[in-house]
Amino acid sequence: MTTYHELDPVEAKITARDVSVFYGDKQALDSVSIDIATEYVTAFIGPSGCGKSTFLRTLNRMNDTIANARVEGEITLDGEDIYRSGMDVVQLRARVGMVFQKPNPFPKSIYENVAYGPRIHGLSGSKSELDAIVERSLKRAGLWDEVKDRLADSGTALSGGQQQRLCIARAIAVDPEVILMDEPCSALDPIATAKIEELIGELKGNYAIVIVTHSMQQAARVSQRTAFFHLGKMVEYGKTSEIFTAPREERTKDYITGRYG
Amino acid sequence: MTEHARLERELKAARLATQLARRHRADRLFRIAGMAAVAFAALVLAFLLLTMTANGIGGFKRAELRVPVDLASGVLQVDPAQLAQGDPVRVLETAGLPQLLDSELERAYGAGGARLALDGAWRELAQRIARDPALLTQKIDAWLPASGDLAGGLRGEGTPETVSHARALAAGGNLATHFDPGFLSRGDATSPQDVGIWGALKGSILTMLVTLSLAFPIGVLAAVYLEEYAPRTRWTDLIEVSINNLAAVPSIIFGLLGLAVFLGLFPNWRSAPLIGGMTLALMTMPVIVISGRNAIKAVPPSIRDAALGIGASRIQVVFHHVLPLALPGILTGTIIGMARALGETAPLLMIGMRAFVASPPDGLTSPATVLPVQIFLWSDEIDRGFVERTSAAIIVLLLFLLAMNGLAIYLRNRFEKRW
Repeated sequence: MTTYHELDPVEAKITARDVSVFYGDKQALDSVSIDIATEYVTAFIGPSGCGKSTFLRTLNRMNDTIANARVEGEITLDGEDIYRSGMDVVQLRARVGMVFQKPNPFPKSIYENVAYGPRIHGLSGSKSELDAIVERSLKRAGLWDEVKDRLADSGTALSGGQQQRLCIARAIAVDPEVILMDEPCSALDPIATAKIEELIGELKGNYAIVIVTHSMQQAARVSQRTAFFHLGKMVEYGKTSEIFTAPREERTKDYITGRYG
Repeated sequence: MTEHARLERELKAARLATQLARRHRADRLFRIAGMAAVAFAALVLAFLLLTMTANGIGGFKRAELRVPVDLASGVLQVDPAQLAQGDPVRVLETAGLPQLLDSELERAYGAGGARLALDGAWRELAQRIARDPALLTQKIDAWLPASGDLAGGLRGEGTPETVSHARALAAGGNLATHFDPGFLSRGDATSPQDVGIWGALKGSILTMLVTLSLAFPIGVLAAVYLEEYAPRTRWTDLIEVSINNLAAVPSIIFGLLGLAVFLGLFPNWRSAPLIGGMTLALMTMPVIVISGRNAIKAVPPSIRDAALGIGASRIQVVFHHVLPLALPGILTGTIIGMARALGETAPLLMIGMRAFVASPPDGLTSPATVLPVQIFLWSDEIDRGFVERTSAAIIVLLLFLLAMNGLAIYLRNRFEKRW
């Protein structure tokens, strides 16, 4: 079975214990337990509707926006229960950023897209400080050279891959500790995908990165830890290399070898 | 076998050909029907505008009589300095301007000449003198409004004697129709020679201001709450149904409500733009709520996710992202609601805005009427002179509507974001 705790000697950034999610009467996730560390990129794989995106969205409480969604179990960030009463969701999301499946820049300028987060959280004292944050974030997202001369252009005028990198820049501008990525490359072409994957490799170590992906090749390329979800349950969690070469569970093996999916 | 296949293919081609001809015919017919519908609508609109302009242009003119007045004759004992102090019209009245005008009329047009000019025509002369006191030392040819009878005679109406008298005066260059700029600055009056639209226009402007400043914020806030905050329960469903029904309630019912509630609370503000605006706001609000909800619904959820994902609070999501993107749609609904309110007569009749109000309102609580009610009242008058004035008032109403819509469309285009 799952061997979430003995796996790594490193300290966990996020721990989840027996997390179940219900949409009304329908159970979408069943007792998932996992540890996520800053040192690794963690990938969630599994067929459509297996609960991997649902689980990802519990980590920054984006499920709160869905009416009649209910979460059971315990999720902690640095040992702090994020579902306790009195937890400030706004503060949580400043610490746990998110990148979505479809690039969703605001219909504002490139500069405004990146500056929005620091501005609402009051992270910069002055205009020059804000300029520096925007530049640093765009550089980290590998977009600076392409857009530095047209920061006032609309973020929606960029290509799909650039938009997604802009969204990543927007997420890291608030300096989060964790970045959640929900199939960030599913709407992108292979070249843009390669750039995002390269970017994930560069960001690794600074942030705990959790990525949901449909592509097993992508999981194999970018992640060091992989969790396989099936029918609302986490079937197996382990080192990516082991999951793909020597899965312990029959279902994992079937999925990886393409018997279903 | 091959023969069979060939026959089958030919049969299919033949069937396809007949089908295709029928489909193309249907397509053509539909296009022609559509074009006919558009052409019909355009024709009706053109007819409406043409007749309205043709009739209405006359409404901006009136028959005026030439009166030679010798202001320097010494009959008027007025010092120009006095005019600056008190009410100049009052000062000139006590100084004997009405009597002077009457005698000048009798001198120019013989006995009964005083009745050729409109009662109170001296007031217009007095206002001209007040604007230009230098006139007091001159002998002037004043064009003053003709009496209602004479104006009718000039149009060929009334007794044969009046008509021939009017024609004779016109032939002598003493009676003519002139453009009447005062129509845009006066209030209502009993004679069509003396009426103005400014009272009703100002009443409409004040009423619309009240309506907008009540209905817009309440409507938008209600839409935002229902769309972004309210959980979907039986109660919110009930509210939604109620609002949709409210938008369909006949306007006179709102008038009754205004009469019962607002006038019940503030009985001293009968006929006031404030009460009228509040009543119309009740009518406009549901339209804004419905269009606002649709506009808010049309904002892609991914934008909300993006903002929430970097830690925006719900109110920040609404005010930084959702509302700016929904604003064009909200403004469209507001235009429709306000245009309907501007043209509304029935509810205002119920709260007393149909009274005869001669002076333009000076505030939100002074008695007033509005353009559509004024049009209704004038169209009801017996005096034929009101026919053209009514058309002119309709033109003013349409221009007001056009200006309002133009402003809203300008704002909408300014806020429109593309992505």
